[in-house]
Formats: sequence, C-alpha cells, structure tokens
Amino acid sequence: MKEHIVWRQTKNRIFQGLVYVLSFAALIPLFWILYQVFYLGLRFINWDFLTHLPKPTGELGGGISNAVVGTIMLVGMAFVMAVPLGVTTGIYLSQNRHSRLSNMTRLAMDVLQGVPAVVIGIVAYVWVVKTFNQFSAFSGSVALAIMMLPIVVRGTEEVVKAIPDYLYEASGALGVPFYRTILKVIIPAGLPGIISGVLLAVSRIAGETAPLLFTAFGNRFMEWNPLKAVNSLPLLIFNNAMSPYEDLQQIAWGASVVLIILVLGSNILARLIVKKWKVQF
Amino acid sequence: MLAEKLIALRERLIEMSSLVEAMIEKSVRGLETKNNEMLLEVMEKHEPLVNNLEIELDEQCINLIALYQPKAKDARQILIVSKMIGELERIGDHAVNIAQAAQFLIARPEVKPLVDIPRMALLAIEMLRNSINAFIQEDIDLAQSILLKDDEVDRLRDYVMRDLIAYMSADPSTIERGVELIRVAANLERAADLSTNICEAVIYMVQGRVVKHHYEERHPNK
Amino acid sequence: MESTILKSENLCAFYGDQEVLKGITLDIYEKRLTAIMGPSGCGKSTFIRCLNRMHEMIPGARVVNKVYLKGEDIFAMEPTLLRRRIGMVFQRPNPFPTMTIYDNVIAGYKLNGLHLKKTEFDRIVEESLRKAALWQEVKDLLYKKGTFLSGGQQQRLCIARALAMNPEVLLLDEPTSALDPKASASIEALMEELKKSVTICLVTHNIAQASRVSDYTAFIYLGELVEFNTTEKIFTVPKDKRTEEYLVGKFG
Repeated sequence: MKEHIVWRQTKNRIFQGLVYVLSFAALIPLFWILYQVFYLGLRFINWDFLTHLPKPTGELGGGISNAVVGTIMLVGMAFVMAVPLGVTTGIYLSQNRHSRLSNMTRLAMDVLQGVPAVVIGIVAYVWVVKTFNQFSAFSGSVALAIMMLPIVVRGTEEVVKAIPDYLYEASGALGVPFYRTILKVIIPAGLPGIISGVLLAVSRIAGETAPLLFTAFGNRFMEWNPLKAVNSLPLLIFNNAMSPYEDLQQIAWGASVVLIILVLGSNILARLIVKKWKVQF
Repeated sequence: MLAEKLIALRERLIEMSSLVEAMIEKSVRGLETKNNEMLLEVMEKHEPLVNNLEIELDEQCINLIALYQPKAKDARQILIVSKMIGELERIGDHAVNIAQAAQFLIARPEVKPLVDIPRMALLAIEMLRNSINAFIQEDIDLAQSILLKDDEVDRLRDYVMRDLIAYMSADPSTIERGVELIRVAANLERAADLSTNICEAVIYMVQGRVVKHHYEERHPNK
Repeated sequence: MESTILKSENLCAFYGDQEVLKGITLDIYEKRLTAIMGPSGCGKSTFIRCLNRMHEMIPGARVVNKVYLKGEDIFAMEPTLLRRRIGMVFQRPNPFPTMTIYDNVIAGYKLNGLHLKKTEFDRIVEESLRKAALWQEVKDLLYKKGTFLSGGQQQRLCIARALAMNPEVLLLDEPTSALDPKASASIEALMEELKKSVTICLVTHNIAQASRVSDYTAFIYLGELVEFNTTEKIFTVPKDKRTEEYLVGKFG
C-alpha cells in the first residue's frame, strides 16, 4: 500500500517537473530573440542613428530617421482610420448580441483576421496604388488599418460586453437616454480595456512588412508627404538585411532593436494600463 | 421604531393606572364624605374610560408583537403590560363595586365610624401606585416590599370582618349595612391582591424569574 | 384622508407570451411608505419597474393598461422626464465606478447635460448626502472615487444620487438584500426619516422589514394583488387566507 502511494507521489512530481520545464521552454525563443537582437544591434543606437538619414551605399555611418518617421506616419494614419470605426463597431456588437447584422459583422471580422497580411497588401495595392498611380504612405496605412480593424472591434466588444448590466440600469433610472449612457458611462468604464485593445492592435501592425512592400514601397530619403512613398522600419530591415554590405546589415540590426522596443513596448504598456487603471465594478 | 413605541405604551399604561387609582380613592372618599356625585363619577365617567383604555392598549400590544417581533426583555415587557392591563381593569371593577356598596351605605345611618376601611384604602392605593412605579423604574426591591405589604391588608380585612360580625350579632338591624361594609373591605383586599400580581409580573420582566405560586420553592433547580 | 400620488389601473405585464402581472390596481399614497411583499418570482420587482417604465430596458417586456402619476399617464410622458420624477434605487449598490462621490451624487444632472452653477451643485450634493445620512462620513472625501465605500455606504450614495433629482416618488427594489444586518438597519432608519419628505415604495422579500418600516403593505402573489391595507391590519388581521399563510411562513 505504501509503495503504491510513493509511486503516485513520484508520478505527480514528474508531471509537475515536466510542466515547469515545458513552460520554461516556451519562454526560450522570446528571450533568445531578444538577446540576439539586442546583442547585435544595441551598440549602434545613438542619437545620430535615430536622427540622420541613411548614407549612400558605401559611405559609413548614417541613420534610420526616415524609417522612424515613416513608421510613425503609417501607424498614425492607420490608427486614425481604424480606431473610431473599430470602437464604434465593437460597441454596436456588444449591444446587439443576436441581430443578423451583428452576426455577419462578427463573422466578417473573424475571417478578416485570418487573411494573410500580404494578400491585404495586394488588395490595397489594387485599390489605392493603382487608382492614384502612386506608392504612398496612405495606401500602406489603408492596408494596416484593415489589419487593425478586427483586433480593435473584437477587443472593444469583449470589454464592453463585460461591463455589468447594473450600470445601464443605474443610468437609465436617472432618466439618461441610451446614447448618453454609452458615451458617458459605458465608454469611460471600458476605456482602459479599449485602450489596451488598441495598443495591442498597434503593436501587431507596427512590425508588418509584407503589405508595405507594394504600398508604401520604401524611400531612401526623408518624405513627409503621406501621399508619396515612404520608408519604414520593417522595410528598411528587409532591404538592408538582404544586402551584401556589412554596414547596411548593422543598420538593420539597429533598426530591429528600435522596432522590437516599439512593438514590445506598446504590448507591455497595454497590459500595464489594464492593470493599473482597473475599473472596479 | 420599537423603543419609541414601547415608551408610548408605558405612558398610556400610567394613564390607565392613575385613572384606576383615582377610582379607588374617590369611591372610598365618597363613602366617607357621603358624596353621591363622586360615586356616580366613578361608575359612569371613569369606568367606561378604563374599559376603552383596556381595548386600546390590548390592540397596541398585539400590533407591537406583529409588527416588530420583540425579543428578550422587550417581549417580556409587552407580555407583562398586557397582563397589567387586565389587572388594572379588574381593579377598576372592584372600585365600581365599592362605589355601588357606598351608594347603599351613604343613604343610611353609619354603623360605626370608618377607621379601618379608609386605612385599607390608603394601603391599597399605595400598593397600586408603587407597583406601577416598580414597573417603570424596574425596581425589584420595591416590588418585593409591596408583596410583603399585602399581609397587612389581609390582616386589616380579617379585623374589619370580625369587628363587623360582632356588631351584627349584637344588633341584627345593622346586618344589611354590615354586609355592605364587609363587601367594601373584601373588594379593597382584592384590589391589593391584584397589585401584588402586578409586582410578581414586574419581577419576571426584569429578572426573568417566576415568583408567583411559590414556583421557585417547588422548582429549586430553575 | 390619504391622497394618492401614484396609481396603477389593472396593470398587466408580459415577458414575451408569459403573463407576469395579472391586472394590478394599486394606490400609492403621498408621503407614506408602501411596502410590496411576496415570495420570489411573484412579480413584485416587475411591478415596481413598470412604475417608472424601467421594464422597457428588458427586451420582450410589454405592458397593458395604465399607470398615473398625479393624474398624468406615465406612458404618455417622455421616459427620461418620468424617471426624473420617480427615482429608483436597486438591490445591488451601483455607484458609477469612474466618477467621484461628488459627481456620483449629481450624476443625474451631469449625464443629462443639465448645467447648474458650481455653488448650486455644491448645495445639492451636501443636501442630498445629508438626507441620505452620509454627509458626515464622506464630506472630506468628495473627490475620491466611490468604490472604497462599504456596501451600506454605497447604497446610501445611490439613495443620495436619486434624491438629488428631487423626485416625487422614490422606488426601492430590495435595497437591503445585498447588505449585512448593520447596514440594513441603517438603511431602514434612513427610510423612516425619508418618508416624511418623499413618497416611498419599497419592494422587499423580508417580511419583518415590511412590518417595521411601512405604513401600507401590499401582498402580491403569482402576479396578482392579493391584499392591500395598512400595515397594522395586514399583520394583525389579514383578510385573505393566502396572506395569512405567507405571513405565517407556509410558503415563500
């Protein structure tokens, strides 16, 4: 009898150990990537790096300023296009659980989320680039916005759905019309969750390369006009990494560090916001 | 809330007991001073009032029980008040009996000077007043002392009876009046008894102890 | 003689096809506390929600026949205006979690876009919190969010919020069910005070509470109004056998 118990306890411990080891193993790729990138790229980061343009091939030095500006422009415009539409759609879905339109919308968002980024890029190419006969940041933002949309919509819907009914009741009992309840009670209550959803969407698209290949296209110089082709961090990394020149590769590593900080940063920020700003119901 | 309602109930009870006190006092004084108006007042004015108070206070008691579900001392208090209402009403009835006997007596010559009966009346009134005080102040010692006073009233009644029996055997023409006088004394003695009932009830309310029927002597464990 | 401030006439209510209220005719008297009691599921919560048309927030709920507030048909009024005249406090305390205590009290104004001067708002906040017996406890904490308050305090905040609109009638839907005994007692004491200045209609499944605080009691069972009378009469000499059985504890 006693041996049986000992055997069971051993089995337990083996299983526990296995779980720990495998969980740890799942962390390895992340830490390895971070280590690799920071080790290879961190040394190149300095103020010049961030604020200067890339130098012509062959010359030493140079920076990634145009890529930084481009990324900010692309993400910013995508934000402006996707967030208002996504948040309002999410709110609509949370209020209408069973209507035909909402079911179709949810299905559409789920499908959209599964569409490969490169396909979205091609579609944006046909819609925008071909129409205006011009590569542009704008077209890139369109592609990115389409990618952001499902995340913002679903995130907003889940957050608002989780807001308890009694807030609606409390507001209704004070004679507040429904749209005002949504604007002034429900959205503020769900704001941390909504913001975090948006930040997650941003971190998702900041590093997307494929759609930008045929929309923003890339630019060796600084470009402030959103209707023209611009450079961006992923594009720069893509182009430089494939080049035979060592200094360009180094720039690519440096840019990778910046991109990772951007993506990881907004991800972590999203979680912090939800944690610190938690609305108690 | 309940506390306020209990206070109001007590106040009405005091009103009732004052009224009953007055009835005893006036019925005996009416006899002493041969004042028929006073006797009529007792029978026709005060008695209906006491009866109405009894009904009103009974209703209040049941209301308090139904609406507030009183516990512990509050519950005992309401139960005791309910009993006291009954006792007071009966004391009132005895006062009316005294008044009726008095009406008969004051129309006729005195049998003997009234000494003991007024003394009994004083004692009975004192016992009633103190028993109500004991209730209000929750004073057990006072209640106990009243229980002892009852013996004196009993002795006085016995004395009055023996005295009057002597008079009646000596002079048969005094028998009718003598019997009425005995009636007065008997009613006063009953009134005093009822006051002792009230005192026993007060002791129960304050201490949760049953003193009546020599309960404690027969159940030494409780 | 009592004057009726709120009256339902043969009110029937349906959730989809199910008839939940079967023709309730009831008078709520001014400046009195009317308790509505009955076992779970009898329709008392549904009834009280019809009185300020809150039932309309539930999909599939509909109502037949009338309710009158001081003679006016409430179904002909603008619902938002009606709900400023008839306030409601719910079973679960529900202060707005993103607002400070100060803002919570005047939420009825702010959320509706009704603007008053700051001094006016200050006065309303203090008055409402005083009436709700909460002023002393929170007067130095007005600009903090209300979620740190205890359950009883939160409920009093909700009462203050309702009172700030100066309603003619205050509907309370089992306001102490979610509170501990001490908090419940404080709310009961508050109700006794408030009924002097505002008509109160209280739904409760706690029979003893109904007997303690109300002036009039209505007993609703299976969607019907079984009996309505002064609280004293209902609790000492109920006329209907079902009322008696409910009070004695045979069901519910």
